[in-house]
Amino acid sequence: MHTFKNIFELHNWEEQKISIYSKTAKDVEHAISSKKRTLEDFKALISPAAVTYIEQMAQASHALTQKRFGKTIQMYAPLYLSNECNNICTYCGFSFDNKIKRKTLTDAELLKEVEVLKNNGFNHILLVTGEANKTVHIDYFKKAIALIKSQFANISIEVQPLETEEYKELHEVGVYSVLVYQETYHEEVYKNYHPKGKKSNFFYRMETPDRIGTAGIHKIGLGILLGLEDWRTDSFFNALHLDYLQKKYWQTKFSVSFPRMRPAEGIIEPNVIVSDKDLVQLICAYRLFNEDIELSISTRESEKFRNNIIPLGVTSMSAGSKTNPGGYAVEPTSLEQFEISDERSAQEISNLISEAGYEAVWKDWDNVLQ
Amino acid sequence: MQTLKIGDKEFISRLFLGTGKFGSAKQMEAAVLASASELVTVALKRVDLETDTDHLLSHLQHPHINLLPNTSGARNAKEAIFVAQLAREALETNWLKLEIHPDPKYLMPDPIETLKATEELAKMGFIVLPYIHADPVLCKRLEDAGTAAVMPLGSPIGTNKGLKTIDFLEIIIEQSNVPVIVDAGIGSPSDAAKAMELGADAVLVNTAIAIAGNPSAMAAAFKMAVEAGRIAYESSLAKQLNHAMASSPLTSFLNE
Repeated sequence: MHTFKNIFELHNWEEQKISIYSKTAKDVEHAISSKKRTLEDFKALISPAAVTYIEQMAQASHALTQKRFGKTIQMYAPLYLSNECNNICTYCGFSFDNKIKRKTLTDAELLKEVEVLKNNGFNHILLVTGEANKTVHIDYFKKAIALIKSQFANISIEVQPLETEEYKELHEVGVYSVLVYQETYHEEVYKNYHPKGKKSNFFYRMETPDRIGTAGIHKIGLGILLGLEDWRTDSFFNALHLDYLQKKYWQTKFSVSFPRMRPAEGIIEPNVIVSDKDLVQLICAYRLFNEDIELSISTRESEKFRNNIIPLGVTSMSAGSKTNPGGYAVEPTSLEQFEISDERSAQEISNLISEAGYEAVWKDWDNVLQ
Repeated sequence: MQTLKIGDKEFISRLFLGTGKFGSAKQMEAAVLASASELVTVALKRVDLETDTDHLLSHLQHPHINLLPNTSGARNAKEAIFVAQLAREALETNWLKLEIHPDPKYLMPDPIETLKATEELAKMGFIVLPYIHADPVLCKRLEDAGTAAVMPLGSPIGTNKGLKTIDFLEIIIEQSNVPVIVDAGIGSPSDAAKAMELGADAVLVNTAIAIAGNPSAMAAAFKMAVEAGRIAYESSLAKQLNHAMASSPLTSFLNE
């Protein structure tokens, strides 16, 4: 099967990096004034040369986002089902070698968590796990989804990479979208960050979106972990991936998230510091490159950043999040995957969105749609 | 101005509105009222029947406003029919804006699935208003299938590019036995007026109003533009000429 691997192998990391870093002001101006922007334009927009054009990019991103998505921000919440994990990821709080208490929610516990999220107004939910194939597997997912499906309009998952057939099964039980982040597209560096477990297989992970697309899932979420490697080069590869997928799986929607490394138990310091300015540049560059992509910002980000990012191009935000299984009701004090920076409640974030002149949308899908 | 009859309803206003993309439900309500529209479309997927946390429906409770549920999100006829049935039950109307766009990038309507769904839904007693490409043949096929109106696009949805499909819209309007509502792409009141001058029976506008600096004022502007365009059409707009009248006519010898 022809997958992204075929495209990826045509692109050398160092060459791309040099190409991005040698973009000029003229390239940036060309990119900003173009009607349709190419991957070369995207490179210009994420390049150091574009830093002085950030206000212009933000204005253009603002206008394009409103045209496509209106003055709305989709609300969602993550629900951690399990922190069991057989992978060693040197940056993650749930890494196998971290001596923390492991937990996978039972049915009764899951329903307790759901009750809190429903009371907070959520209708779109993201189920999250680590990778523990013996206990947290396709049957566990299907059972959990069947248990809560009637209470949510839209269910996304962020779990270990699965097989095409498994994604088909999840689609049939009502999973709307699947998120799988490559973390980094730098093959050698990837291996250092993921020394053990199934996740250490770089290409199996990279071909996951192809399997999700083949299975007919409505939406695929992509992303890199900001802080692992040069964010500009990594983002180019992520955009290359997006571009390939969007042309191939033409019935699928796509979203990009921007997880920035945050403090967590036992993890390393970020290798690369991605500043607020860098992140704004990146968000605006994605919008200019791709008018219809959904862009998501989580509670990893600070209050100040989230207060100001609403009109700049993002389309969905989480709020009041807990990143530990049982965090909402069952075991509020257990260890988090990463530290939440914006701890404001869903209602507070909804008010913040209104104050920015936007509407917080709680429901934009329906169970009746498969 | 003549009233517009579609299915079992008669409309004074020929401006229909979409309810998405507004900065708040209140702003949406104010714009709908300012537009004097009597038919507004609501995506069923946006409606929370249990709690109405998004307050969409509660802001549309006015006696002159009819709801037109739409099937946005459906990728094929089967899904659209499911949504239609749920909408009929939940919103107590058999009116339906049929939208089937399997392509989430440009939201292009699928003509094959739309025709299939229209056939089924018309048989099931729905008043179907399908969103389609400006395809004159498809419009005739939909008429045969029992559609209540046709809703060809002026340009890709959400683009505000105006009447890019004008040549095809003219053919559709000329041939149609059902009302023609130009949907999608109408970016300014002048686009709406132009569509009405061509003889469209109504227009549907969303983005251009929702994301305007002042949505209510823009809605009022569209109201006037639609009325102006319609009155012009009904008053037999003078034909545009590409050349001046010849001062020495070719057939003057016949009068000699």
